[in-house]
Amino acid sequence: MTLSWKTGGILLGLVFLAAVLLVKPIGVSTQFVIADGIIADVINPDFITETEEGYTSTNAYMAKSGGKYAKNASNPLNYSFVFVLAMMAGAAISSFLRGGVKGGEKTMPNIWRENFGDSALKRFAVSFAGGFIIVFGARLAGGCSSGHMMSGMMQTSISGYMFTLGAFGAGIPIAMMLYKKSEG
Amino acid sequence: MTTIILAIVIGGAFGLVLDRIGATNPKYALKMLALTNLHLMKTILLAIGVAAVAMFAGQMAGLIDVGHMSVKSAYLGVFIGGLMLGVGWAVTGYCPGTGLSAAATGRKDALFFIAGGLLGAAAYMVSYSWVKSTGILADMFGGKATVAAVPGADYPALFAGLPGDIVGIVLGLGFIAIAFALPNKFVSSGSMHGTAVPAE
Repeated sequence: MTLSWKTGGILLGLVFLAAVLLVKPIGVSTQFVIADGIIADVINPDFITETEEGYTSTNAYMAKSGGKYAKNASNPLNYSFVFVLAMMAGAAISSFLRGGVKGGEKTMPNIWRENFGDSALKRFAVSFAGGFIIVFGARLAGGCSSGHMMSGMMQTSISGYMFTLGAFGAGIPIAMMLYKKSEG
Repeated sequence: MTTIILAIVIGGAFGLVLDRIGATNPKYALKMLALTNLHLMKTILLAIGVAAVAMFAGQMAGLIDVGHMSVKSAYLGVFIGGLMLGVGWAVTGYCPGTGLSAAATGRKDALFFIAGGLLGAAAYMVSYSWVKSTGILADMFGGKATVAAVPGADYPALFAGLPGDIVGIVLGLGFIAIAFALPNKFVSSGSMHGTAVPAE
């Protein structure tokens, strides 16, 4: 069901290659900011404004780099945002075709249940907190596993190596401590 | 319009492959980080290697536009942000791309991951000016730096005297070699508790 690492690795590598051949390197985490910008601009229409030179925002992060985030949040039908929506659709179709995620696995992965018990509330709360620190960290870093680790290291970016050192440096000892039980 | 079609095709392919390599199932990322199953690590290393070798070879052959490269800046926050992501990754088994994809496959815990992620992004937006004032966003290694000098691009290089395309191919081959050399696991699952559960 899961591809061998050789087949999967080659296919994944070809996707990253196709992206840089046809458009630009793959990245995901910026789109959390764009989604927030879209929401914020609906709640407060003054959040993003169009100027003579382009777009700007009352938020300094949204307005940085000549307002490129503000522009994308104002025009969600742009490459990077549609890319992430298409990624989700691709994963959904693939999962559907192989029978989907079933039963208790939908609420939490079995490896979590083995180590931390059956409470959905606990898993959901930790997932929420994890999402917070992950995307905050990714934005501080300027990229995530896609943009820094994969796209970065394939381009020999120093930043890609720095990010990967941090992510695995923290991730390995913590996962080793937390997930001592895992059968399959 | 062409760019939107490309976004749909490449993005769709990315999501499909993420699902098929097991990346939408947190189990694989967690076991990779706990070193009990390195399947996903071998997959990622091979992918980086294949993409690097093909991209730099394509550039040397004139088939791939060097201008499509996009190197991100190096600064202390990259490492600190990597640490933060690593903490959350090791607890949840998700990262931004795989969390979004996992939610699309019907995992409910991933929806909470996304909600937390949206709040985390908002928190960064609000604190950005303060973070910047601490100096951890200041460029290191000249900013958008690569290991060696990539011909046709003006990225600062750590080793400016070395040809970036050849170094890129050599590093790519190195990633591929590590993917092959890594064992399937470093740590037997369950062994720390003395249980007789067979690994895989």
